[in-house]
Amino acid sequence: MKRIIPMWIAIIGGFAMMLSSFIPLAESAGEMFADVFNVVAAIAFVLGAGSLAKQHLEKLSRRDAGWGYSIITLGSFLITLFIGMLKIGIHPNPSFPQAAYSGSNDAEGSAWSWIYEYMITPLTSTMFALLAFFVASAAFRAFRAKNTEAILLLGTAFIVLLGRTFAGVVLTGWFPDWASGLRLENLSIYVMQVFNTAGNRAIMIGIALGVAATGLRILFGIDRSWLGGGDA
Amino acid sequence: MTRQAKTWLVIGAVFVALLVARGMIGQGLGRVYVKRTDVTVTLPDAAAVNSAAAGASSASASASTSASTTAVSAQATAPSITSTSLASGTTMSWQEWKQVPPLEFIAAQKENPAQTEITLSWPRTIGLWLAAFFTLAIFSFLYADNPFYKIAESLVVGVSAAYWGVIGFWDTLVPKMFGALTPGLVKSLVQPSLIAPEMLQQISMVFALILGVMMLWRLLPRGGWISAWPLAFIVGVTAGLKIVSHVESDLMAQAAATMKPLIVSVTDASGATNIWDSWWASVANVLLVTGVICCLAYFFFSVEHKGVVGGAARVGIWYLMITFGAAFGFTVMGRIALLAARVEFLFDDWLWLIDPNHLRGL
Repeated sequence: MKRIIPMWIAIIGGFAMMLSSFIPLAESAGEMFADVFNVVAAIAFVLGAGSLAKQHLEKLSRRDAGWGYSIITLGSFLITLFIGMLKIGIHPNPSFPQAAYSGSNDAEGSAWSWIYEYMITPLTSTMFALLAFFVASAAFRAFRAKNTEAILLLGTAFIVLLGRTFAGVVLTGWFPDWASGLRLENLSIYVMQVFNTAGNRAIMIGIALGVAATGLRILFGIDRSWLGGGDA
Repeated sequence: MTRQAKTWLVIGAVFVALLVARGMIGQGLGRVYVKRTDVTVTLPDAAAVNSAAAGASSASASASTSASTTAVSAQATAPSITSTSLASGTTMSWQEWKQVPPLEFIAAQKENPAQTEITLSWPRTIGLWLAAFFTLAIFSFLYADNPFYKIAESLVVGVSAAYWGVIGFWDTLVPKMFGALTPGLVKSLVQPSLIAPEMLQQISMVFALILGVMMLWRLLPRGGWISAWPLAFIVGVTAGLKIVSHVESDLMAQAAATMKPLIVSVTDASGATNIWDSWWASVANVLLVTGVICCLAYFFFSVEHKGVVGGAARVGIWYLMITFGAAFGFTVMGRIALLAARVEFLFDDWLWLIDPNHLRGL
């Protein structure tokens, strides 16, 4: 019962989505399933938020190491949630002034846009920017031109990096016109258009075949590992 | 005091001293100016709007702008209004604040030192300084793990979780679920233009709500298996969606795009064949088709990689190495671009040391 019903829910939902792409009459059913999917996925965010709150509250009650940071996480979470859900400081849309919550959360000057501009943007983009250092450091330590494959990887990385910077243009800018194809910026374009496209295309075809095979295994009830319990 | 604490203290002291010095030189640093706009809206007459909406669905809003006052008449754009908490004809007004470059404030001050239209925004200025603090706090991890970084990290988790929760609520749950289950409430509070939901839509949303509640069951100590049902729905629908979309856009489209002529003839404006361009285009197509076939040969594990297949797989590996090299280069470029943007934020928006967009007339 605990495994059969979920399996049939997955089979019915999956086939309904698939058939809606091939049978025009089933199109509306597919749209309906997509709407239900979007709503359930949005509720999954609530589950995630609840799980986060639960985990940090437990950490706080146990006074685990670093519990002070849990206060910051919970505090920022609750404040952002409060401001966003109640649309604090957001005026109604001038087209619908009678609807108190018709204004957009993104309105300039609102508390929500303040959080986005001065907290989310600097925090997340700096986190990603930090990776520049770690990628460079890891590459310096790990990359060794020991064989053909490694030389190709390193060489391409250099061509792409230099070909898209001013340094690359300066380095090979003196090449005569008849050898302009060897200028780093042109080489970079050639590598991207031919070799990179071929490799990516093969990877995408491989992924598509893998997704289709895995999806069909789930929909035919062959693969049940997602139900847990290790029954593949 | 530990050695690390002493190092942080010295770095902090030097930094604050430099900031104070910077604040006393030239135009100073880190301020945000805003311009005030007064918005006045007159609530429409519900009966008039309903009859107007029935007669003509397309109507335009009329707006009149005076020196610093924008009056927006919402009579025509607001469609059928069935319930309103405010009386028709009531006038609502508020002020909106748009960010302006410091240069505009300087010009306004020169013209009229007593003007109040463009002013310093304290909330945004504090936000700017906080953003600078967060940026530096995260960069401080490059030296060592420290409390500033951990504070920033904790904030990222808390704010991001709430951010996506709120986006999911207002963008999906309100228009789709609440719009179908409680249309009157959504129409009066959020979206007066909401179209009345059909019965089937309402039934599907009841189904979605039940699945959602079952999913939240996981938070309770007992009966966690109940959340497997909505999970099954997500797995099944995702599988159904992805099979079609991947086969359509990746498998079929990519295979079709690889069916290219191996000998290409490129003609110029006069109609004559350009031999050099034709040769290059042909070589490019041959390399592309060969590359895709060789890479696929490498991914094909049902046949032992020996002989012709082995040779093709070897060439496939070379192509893949070039692809990974290009991906690596692109990733590094992307991260460097982000880093440059953060450094520009610090030096331009915060410290006012550079002025690439000529916003301060440096």
